[in-house]
Amino acid sequence: MRALHHFNGGVHPPEHKGESTLRPIQQPPLPDKLVIPLHQHIGNSAKPLVDAGDTVLKGQMIGKAEGYVSGAIHAPTSGKILSVGHEAVPHPSGLKDLCIVLEPDGLESWIDLQPIDHLNMDPSTLRNRLRDAGVVGLGGAVFPSFIKLNPGTGKRIRTLVLNGAECEPYITCDDMLMRERAREIIEGAAIMRHMLHAEEVMIGIEDNKPQAISAMREAAGQSMEVVAVPTIYPGGGAKQLIRVLTGIEVPAGERSTDLGVQCFNVATAASVYRAIRYGEPVLSRIVTVTGNVKNPGNFEALVGTQMAHLIDQAGPLEGSAGAIMGGPMMGFDLPSTAVPVVKATNCIIVKSDALFPEKPQPMPCIRCARCAESCPADLQPQELYWFAKAGNFGKAQEYALFDCIECGCCTYVCPSHIPLVQFYRYAKSEIWAQEREKKAADLARIRHDLRLERIEREKREKAERLAQKSAQAKTVEHSQPEQK
Amino acid sequence: MNSPYLAQSSSVAQIMVKVLLALIPAVAAYVWFFGPAILVTMALASATALALEAVMLKLRKKPIKPYLLDGSALLTAWLLALSIPPMGPWWLIVTGTAFAIVIAKHLYGGLGSNPFNPAMVGYAVLIISFPVQMTQWLAPLSIASSHLDFMSQLGYMFFHALPQGSQLDAFTSATPLDTLKTQLHLDKPMAAIMSMPVYGAIGGTGGQWVAAAYLAGGLYLLQQKIISWHVPAAFIATIFVVSGSFHLIDPAHHASPWFELATGATMICAFFILTDPVTGPTTPRGKLIFASGAGFLTFAIRTYGGYPDGVAFAVLLMNICVPLIDAYTQPAVFGKKK
Repeated sequence: MRALHHFNGGVHPPEHKGESTLRPIQQPPLPDKLVIPLHQHIGNSAKPLVDAGDTVLKGQMIGKAEGYVSGAIHAPTSGKILSVGHEAVPHPSGLKDLCIVLEPDGLESWIDLQPIDHLNMDPSTLRNRLRDAGVVGLGGAVFPSFIKLNPGTGKRIRTLVLNGAECEPYITCDDMLMRERAREIIEGAAIMRHMLHAEEVMIGIEDNKPQAISAMREAAGQSMEVVAVPTIYPGGGAKQLIRVLTGIEVPAGERSTDLGVQCFNVATAASVYRAIRYGEPVLSRIVTVTGNVKNPGNFEALVGTQMAHLIDQAGPLEGSAGAIMGGPMMGFDLPSTAVPVVKATNCIIVKSDALFPEKPQPMPCIRCARCAESCPADLQPQELYWFAKAGNFGKAQEYALFDCIECGCCTYVCPSHIPLVQFYRYAKSEIWAQEREKKAADLARIRHDLRLERIEREKREKAERLAQKSAQAKTVEHSQPEQK
Repeated sequence: MNSPYLAQSSSVAQIMVKVLLALIPAVAAYVWFFGPAILVTMALASATALALEAVMLKLRKKPIKPYLLDGSALLTAWLLALSIPPMGPWWLIVTGTAFAIVIAKHLYGGLGSNPFNPAMVGYAVLIISFPVQMTQWLAPLSIASSHLDFMSQLGYMFFHALPQGSQLDAFTSATPLDTLKTQLHLDKPMAAIMSMPVYGAIGGTGGQWVAAAYLAGGLYLLQQKIISWHVPAAFIATIFVVSGSFHLIDPAHHASPWFELATGATMICAFFILTDPVTGPTTPRGKLIFASGAGFLTFAIRTYGGYPDGVAFAVLLMNICVPLIDAYTQPAVFGKKK
């Protein structure tokens, strides 16, 4: 047995995972319409490659990665493009974003798929393939994977960590994927290990998923180590899992790559496998639909499927009141369920007052420091709260506000029911806004200085020209006496 | 609503109720050894605290019900009542409680904002202003030369009237700590002092059992994770080590460390007063420093100071240091440990 490390803090909220693991992963019927956002990843939006009226094949690239940090977008099925325009997307702001609307033709006609023999390819070709296949982190952060598979010159990745911890309550999409498609994950991990030249691969799974652990162990054989890690939220945070498995603490603002570790979600590994082995881009993902529904479960949903379509499959119950995307600890309220599933959609929780009762009125902080005891980043949430509330953002930064991962443990344990995380989000956004303003002000000042300089220069030049002219005129005067 | 959508089922009121519950064994022991007068003191302090809390909340335009039911005012009242002589006159109790609630708590911003422990502020005001009344402690029933029945006790508390022919001295006595100080001053040998009837096996006769009951209640709070071990452990260890060292060097003038733990307010302070989260540090290292400082000051005031017990002043002096202690004991953030 490997000796595990531990991180401070963490909480044990009720898991609610049993409800959605009763059935195997289901294939929902093909929806009438897919709304495919062009911004489904960290970085720049993809650039649309199609226009209304075009017909597309399943797997055809319809959005091209723009710039370095970006990812491609593909048609999840064959059909006709209805429009390219702004549509509602799953974002807490409720703002619309550029989407491609696709009407499926039901034929599922594929593009010509081109598998790759990865062992005979150099990593940069493989990375380009992953970029063009739209492979991004499916754990929720949706960072383009090809970038993380490029450690940079002179950097050595010793350990590749696969994250199958899935620590948030309610979410079971990775659990079901590991139970049913362990081999794909392991093959994907093997490709990643090849690309990173990693010495070892560790797969961390919380010990509340015995079936997933045994399926993964069987698939991994002797080649990779599947480690059962203690069930504690947020044990599935990349930094927390790396800490538990390797003992390494990755400081905020630094990348684990610099410390010789790289971490991917298990579902990302499976999509790497499909992209390389079959040439299939990311067209769908497993989504847990749970909460106030009759048949909670997991669905392999095409990107762009309306969430309401999936909720209908699970059978919404009476008393439903909105839905959460993500888990109950870090997820957010959906503006409506008429928004599409995106690559980041790991879970949809249908809310009801019984499941998520209104929280009591907040009381003052009594400095009990339970928040500090529960903080996995070793912060002092009670101090940060104080500073954020007072608008003392400098002090908040001094107390490492930006090391906060917004996991919500502090808020979960607070006996005064203070929405602490919201205060930190507010403080962070205020600081960002101040920094933007300062940058804008600096820019304006530089422009102003340049303008003054230019005016000064033009004045000088004009004066010089005039002086020259008058000098010339004088010489002319002398040579040609004025005629009257 | 915003994430997290889940919340643990705990509340400020729940915490306060558990602390109140943890005080019950000590109250029971108190009644057993010193009679029921303490219950009257506690009831009067509670009624005063709740009434003034409601008035202050109203004046400060705060919602009255949730704050009144949070239990914090009641706890302050109980801690103050348990710190002063059990049969003090009614105005003593009301004055102390009023200072604690109105000035020490609400004028500083109410629950969560007061820098000083309200019960200890109330105690300090009383001991400075009314030293005579504050030293009239009831003698343990087992050694008192005469007894007052309950109605007579009430008569004394509310009307300052004693039954014909009885003397206050007959049923009051100096506390064990006070007695020690006086007798040492009279150059009486330690062994002779400790054999006086006011002393039990370890501390004061009767008082030592109340101290044991505070310890039991404190262990319950530890088990319930209402308090952390840092404060009581550091406080008790400091008093034990410091008084133990003095006792080893000069046993003729210094009582045993066990005596220091079992007398006075050591135990109630270790588990119920110093552990007040509002007026204490929040960092683990800070708690150790804070409680050690309080332990050291308690011993120093007891031994060299003019007051019989040093707990209240030790706590208040350490309360002043809390912001400084917190600022200098910030734990290393994840990934930035040396």
